Amino acid sequence: MTSAFEYAPAPESRSVVDIAPSYGLFIDGEFTDAADGKVFKTVSPSTEEVLSEVARAGAEDVDRAVAAARRAFTSWSALPGSERAKYLFRIARIVQERSRELAVLETLDNGKPIKETRDADLPLVAAHFFYYAGWADKLGHAGFGADPKPLGVAGQVIPWNFPLLMLAWKIAPALAAGNTVVLKPAETTPLSALFFADICRQAGLPKGVVNILPGYGDAGAALVAHPGVNKVAFTGSTAVGKEIARTVAGTDKKVTLELGGKGANIVFDDAPIDQAVEGIVTGIFFNQGQVCCAGSRLLVQESIHDELLDSLKRRLSTLRLGDPLDKNTDIGAINSAEQLARISALADQGEAEGAERWSPACELPSAGYWFAPTLFTNVTQAHTVARDEIFGPVLSVLTFRTPDEAVAKANNTQYGLSAGIWTEKGSRILAVASRLRAGVVWSNTFNKFDPTSPFGGYKESGFGREGGRHGLEAYLDV
Amino acid sequence: MDAVGLEARAAALGTRSIKTTAKAYAIDLAISMVDLTTLEGADTPGKVRALGAKAVHPDPTDRTAPTTAAVCVYPDMVAAAKAAVAGSGVKVASVATAFPAGRAALGVKLADVRDAVEAGADEIDMVIDRGAFLAGDYLKVYDEITAVKAACGDARLKVIFETGELSTYDNIRRASWLGMLAGADFIKTSTGKVAVNATPANTLLMLEAVRDFRAQTGVQVGVKPAGGIRTTKDAVKFLVLVNETAGGDWLDNHWFRFGASSLLNDLLMQRQKLATGRYSGPDYVTVD
Repeated sequence: MTSAFEYAPAPESRSVVDIAPSYGLFIDGEFTDAADGKVFKTVSPSTEEVLSEVARAGAEDVDRAVAAARRAFTSWSALPGSERAKYLFRIARIVQERSRELAVLETLDNGKPIKETRDADLPLVAAHFFYYAGWADKLGHAGFGADPKPLGVAGQVIPWNFPLLMLAWKIAPALAAGNTVVLKPAETTPLSALFFADICRQAGLPKGVVNILPGYGDAGAALVAHPGVNKVAFTGSTAVGKEIARTVAGTDKKVTLELGGKGANIVFDDAPIDQAVEGIVTGIFFNQGQVCCAGSRLLVQESIHDELLDSLKRRLSTLRLGDPLDKNTDIGAINSAEQLARISALADQGEAEGAERWSPACELPSAGYWFAPTLFTNVTQAHTVARDEIFGPVLSVLTFRTPDEAVAKANNTQYGLSAGIWTEKGSRILAVASRLRAGVVWSNTFNKFDPTSPFGGYKESGFGREGGRHGLEAYLDV
Repeated sequence: MDAVGLEARAAALGTRSIKTTAKAYAIDLAISMVDLTTLEGADTPGKVRALGAKAVHPDPTDRTAPTTAAVCVYPDMVAAAKAAVAGSGVKVASVATAFPAGRAALGVKLADVRDAVEAGADEIDMVIDRGAFLAGDYLKVYDEITAVKAACGDARLKVIFETGELSTYDNIRRASWLGMLAGADFIKTSTGKVAVNATPANTLLMLEAVRDFRAQTGVQVGVKPAGGIRTTKDAVKFLVLVNETAGGDWLDNHWFRFGASSLLNDLLMQRQKLATGRYSGPDYVTVD
């Protein structure tokens, strides 16, 4: 089926964002060079163009930032909650006002399509600050005692898949509860956090309440291990999460970890097929599958396997891969060469182990880091692609015969972050959801987020919850 | 059908950004798909002549504008419409079967259809018996469609579900399959005479139905959203739904139509804007 309806290029204007040639660390309200003068380059994954040169934090900078946060904590934590709320509301409104600029920036630095940064990331960032601003003067009503106290300085390390959104998930509840923050963004996506530093200044946030330290894993490790940090919050890989758990063992630091996943998307034979197909696509191809709660395992009832796969393949053939700034792009670039290599290696392993690989006809750009949407069929629980988190646009398709088998296979993983259920039968949704060991279970939808809803994992997907009333607990002395 | 998911998908496709050459293509395609319609108690041969002239030459200032697909009138206006569009390739469609309520005996409905066909209608837009459908008497609905189809002879049959009265997406989906199995050449959302007419979601669902029906039977059926589509922006969104759901094979006025009247002038004004670079206005397109 060929169409004459070719969509002309519809690029979002790049000129709405002004990226400086270099950026410093943000410590105590000022941009500053790293103590040892080190810098690193951040590139646009869709073109490999260098966007900016950014100061690289080291151990000495972590010391400075934690000291600034400690100083700021005294007065920040003493502010009435209603005063802290004013700052958070102000930040939320500035994020909204600058959302087009931030969406373009995030798309440039991360590689994800503009339609996602515009319609998902940025609205959720603002919503998160609005939501926790509302809690700041109501902490005594959150179920943690009449007058719960903040912990102190929060050391936060965030990933590259949703750079500004993960920052919002970390910073909003921390500040609402009265803590101060030292945050390290990922080395491949430091820019939106540095723009956020500018927003903090624009909002008149007192110096030292938020400190941003772009850098690599060594800076993250130094931050987590720093004796001046009272609370560690990490989102990222399970391997690093385990390392952090070892580091903080034996200290009185409070920890929350949001790690990997291998989410099962379970489609029963009475599911609404066209909507299920959309949910499968959203589940694994949203953000190129670089989502910890991705629905990377499709568990489909064997009786509808062929029909569903036909529909899914036809749908994948309509996905538009290319320039992330084009408003009609569905699939953008993979975030880094390193991640692309990892995805490629795992996909090759899937093929070597005998799973059947399929991708729609799809031309990949010559520059940048790209991976075509990929399906693996004839996958069993024993295949690596059914067990390991790939963190890319790769879906493994398995079958089941009965609800019991679906639940058993869905739970048969080291992870437990997300799951999805597709059926038109409400009673089945409730029965299956209560037996799934996953922190989030979506029914007849997938990858829906809201600041009021707690998010977090079972097993090696981590512990603690972010979002909602539950998200406050991690930042209060309870 | 999952209503939330269906509406979310329709809304997501509504965010496609159709610019420049793609927009020009879409506008001309949309003009060529319009069933230019007048279905009023006050319709006269003069009114129908004006409509026919507009269908043949939508933009008197620019003869490169395509003709519309058809004019759509009541059965007693078919002869006047035929004369107005003679030799142009523009089809004459006629509503029938006691349009819009459909509340009449089958014999009356069939007489209505024959009357229109004998007067020269190329296409018949029938309404289903929503009362029978909602009462669960699907067989009656099916039999009525097959009887009307037989009465149509060579005329193509569009089956109107009146989606606003069927109310749920499950009903619309069921009606779509019922209509296609009974021999519809087109499935059509609505009469334009009730509160809720064509929407992106109900049209998306019908496009999924014709796509699946062809995959299973090899028979291609057309889709006609009608009522409530007034702007170029809306029409382009519907064409995106067609393009990304049923596919390019339906991007032709043999397989997709817009039941509309005021839409045409907005399409023409946008067309003039693209051609001249200046905004057009209502006095640069014709009233009829």
